[in-house]
Amino acid sequence: MIAYYFKLSLLSLRRNLLLTGLMIAAIGLGIGAAMTTITVNYLMSANPIPHKSEQLFYVQLDSWDPNQPYTEPNEPPDQVTWTEATNLTAAKQAKRQSAIATSNVVIEPERAEQKPFIASVRLAYSDFFPMFDVPFLYGSGWQNSADQDLRRVVVLSKKMNDELFGGEDSVGRNLVMAGTTFQVVGVLDSWELKPKFFDVTTGAFNEMEDVYIPFLLKQAMELPSSGNNNCWKPFEEGGFSAYLGSECINYQMWVQLDSDAEKADYLSFLHSYVEEQKRLGRFPREQNNRLSDVMEWMENQEVVADDARMMMYMALMFLVVCLLNTVALLLAKFIGRTPEIALRRAVGASKRTLFLQHIIESAMLGVAGGILGLAIAWLGLQGVSGLYGEDTRGLAELDLTMAALAVVLAIVSTVLAGIYPTWRTCSVAPAGQLKTQ
Amino acid sequence: MSELGPIFRALLRNKVGALLLALQIAVTMTIMVNAIHMIENRSSLMARPSGLDEANQFYLSSTGYAQDFNEQLVVEEDLRLIRQLPGIVDATQINAIPLSGGGWSMGLSVEPGAEARGSGIAVYFVDDNGMNTLDVELIAGRNFSASEIGYRGRNATEWPQNIIITEAAAKELFPDLSVSEAVGKTVYINNDEPMTIIGIMDQLQAPWVGWSAVERVMLVPQRTLFGSSRYFIRTEPGQRDAMIKATEKLLLDRDVGRLIRNVRTMEETRDDSYRGHQALQTILWVIVTVLTIITALGIVGMVTFSVNRRRKQIGTRRALGATRWQIIRHFLVENALVTSCGLILGVGSSIALNIWLVDVFSLPRVGWHYLPIAMAVLLVVGQLAVLGPARRAAAISPALATRSA
Repeated sequence: MIAYYFKLSLLSLRRNLLLTGLMIAAIGLGIGAAMTTITVNYLMSANPIPHKSEQLFYVQLDSWDPNQPYTEPNEPPDQVTWTEATNLTAAKQAKRQSAIATSNVVIEPERAEQKPFIASVRLAYSDFFPMFDVPFLYGSGWQNSADQDLRRVVVLSKKMNDELFGGEDSVGRNLVMAGTTFQVVGVLDSWELKPKFFDVTTGAFNEMEDVYIPFLLKQAMELPSSGNNNCWKPFEEGGFSAYLGSECINYQMWVQLDSDAEKADYLSFLHSYVEEQKRLGRFPREQNNRLSDVMEWMENQEVVADDARMMMYMALMFLVVCLLNTVALLLAKFIGRTPEIALRRAVGASKRTLFLQHIIESAMLGVAGGILGLAIAWLGLQGVSGLYGEDTRGLAELDLTMAALAVVLAIVSTVLAGIYPTWRTCSVAPAGQLKTQ
Repeated sequence: MSELGPIFRALLRNKVGALLLALQIAVTMTIMVNAIHMIENRSSLMARPSGLDEANQFYLSSTGYAQDFNEQLVVEEDLRLIRQLPGIVDATQINAIPLSGGGWSMGLSVEPGAEARGSGIAVYFVDDNGMNTLDVELIAGRNFSASEIGYRGRNATEWPQNIIITEAAAKELFPDLSVSEAVGKTVYINNDEPMTIIGIMDQLQAPWVGWSAVERVMLVPQRTLFGSSRYFIRTEPGQRDAMIKATEKLLLDRDVGRLIRNVRTMEETRDDSYRGHQALQTILWVIVTVLTIITALGIVGMVTFSVNRRRKQIGTRRALGATRWQIIRHFLVENALVTSCGLILGVGSSIALNIWLVDVFSLPRVGWHYLPIAMAVLLVVGQLAVLGPARRAAAISPALATRSA
């Protein structure tokens, strides 16, 4: 019977191809626009480290100006000072901890035919690699002791290793950076985070760094700061060490805490740390320490761009228009078929079977609209990445989840759109209709 | 308009259909008004003048890596040689590029002390050729002299005596003074370090286009010795691309142990900075256009159905003496009635959506003039959409009335 309804629906849809095309086009465009924007939002708000995001915490302390909060209303600064970065990491009060920062160095490749070039550097402690589950192709991160011993060791990204050493296992090889010889201890496997959650201060979807070196080398080698550097208090004369000792914030602090108890302990440690600093004449504001897990931090930093959200709402309203359009057209179409339905009812078709038949017709429109919508969403995402260029790397790709969602959304919304028209037509009184003929 | 009554009663026979169309038009109008409002809003952001001669400017970075790299000597010689190139108007060293997104800001206050209210201001370190290279006009006071230009190390904390600020910055610091009266005034940086305003320039944007104080800029007469220097270069009209090549060649030919990087034009910088705005505008335009087409096609479809269902009645009316025009007019008026209801609903929902957008995304209020424009557009689109099927209705032969089903 169902097969027969399919055939009937197909016949009915083919009877007025233009109109059927119009309905399919409307559903397809609506679904396409909605899926394009939903995909961008979905990828922006993705959890970059799902198995661990609730154990990793971003540390904020309020070291800011006594006269005004870092941002209203009384938000603590989004980064920490050099003093906190080094003290908190050295205190080892969490299971794992690492302050991180960015810098850049000139790399002078071994091979003479390669010119020197500038690379952006991630400064980190040894805990960085196990804490963020960084994948290694060769070697590993550096030893704990290398942090304090200021060893000139470096971990390279896969891309950088390909460039410098032609993709070989370069562990143990030397590399001249910033005029100093470093030893390669590890090479990463491909590692792309979207969003790049561990440092979103200059944008959540920036490229990953290609070079990782021990954090304290910044001081030893006087490496320049990059990223956002904010200061509220002028600092004393005295060169680089005065700058590092200042109240300027340029560092991100992460800790791994595996349970609520550990988190509570760490918060009370932060409290006593800040008390101690207050006695030294720092931290003029009230205590305002915060631990945010990965997704809380992403929300706090508004990683999903306002424009993306705005576009999604617009596209969803667009889908509503397309569906209203479909309901109205289906209604008009089914009403036009009243005499035929009255006849079928008179010769014994039950309301249920008629209902089923018309819902099948709606669903078929939905399937076609969904497939068209998928194609349009794909085109739309191509368009979005064309328009935004580099900014959308990895944010404009349809995955299976999204593709399935598109088709389901199309079918569900079309069936819903078809319910009222179907109900209207099936509830005709056969006698009255037949009489007027 | 005596036929309004019958048309209205005919409409009531398909209340839901009419209601659906009205709703569709209301939502269409809501999207249209708010999308166009957003597009306009972004356009006005992009239209703000930067104060630069963007078509004829470019910049590059020179980063030393050799152990014997003497930044001070290299920069001075580089700039001297660049300025000598035929086709170059002027060149300066600068720490940050307007509109580029990365730069330096400080707080200035008119009173000394940590409690004084500071106004954020973007900082450009330039030399005495800075104003000519940037193409900004002095409207009061004077430019830096060559002897005033000092050097600034990476960890310097002191500030030089004299600065030039934009008119917008002068208005912010001294709201009660005229521009020329602000010249010679003292302002404080780092709480209590005094600086004197020696000149006011007309307009120059900060590096951050999304900053509310984007017009507040100060020029500081220093060359930075940060290891990496940026040169900002202005060329004769039409010479930019040739000059980029000539400058690069000139700098690369000097073997002083440095890298030349990030050679970019101001136009590219503007495109990059506003790419998001531009993209949003394009996407919204596509949405509005497709939406209007869908609504129009939807109307065509619905009127076609309604004509098909009423073929007999139309034939009867024609047989009773109605002209073709009267038949067409029936459908036009019917559509106008439904559309108007939708549009009235749409005014309310447009304003409601805007209030929500203002609230959540701090968008500006929508200008009231968008409402009548959107209403007129949708009314015309509706009438045009009806015209086709209505003319087909008018072509129905009166003889149809005499045939039975």
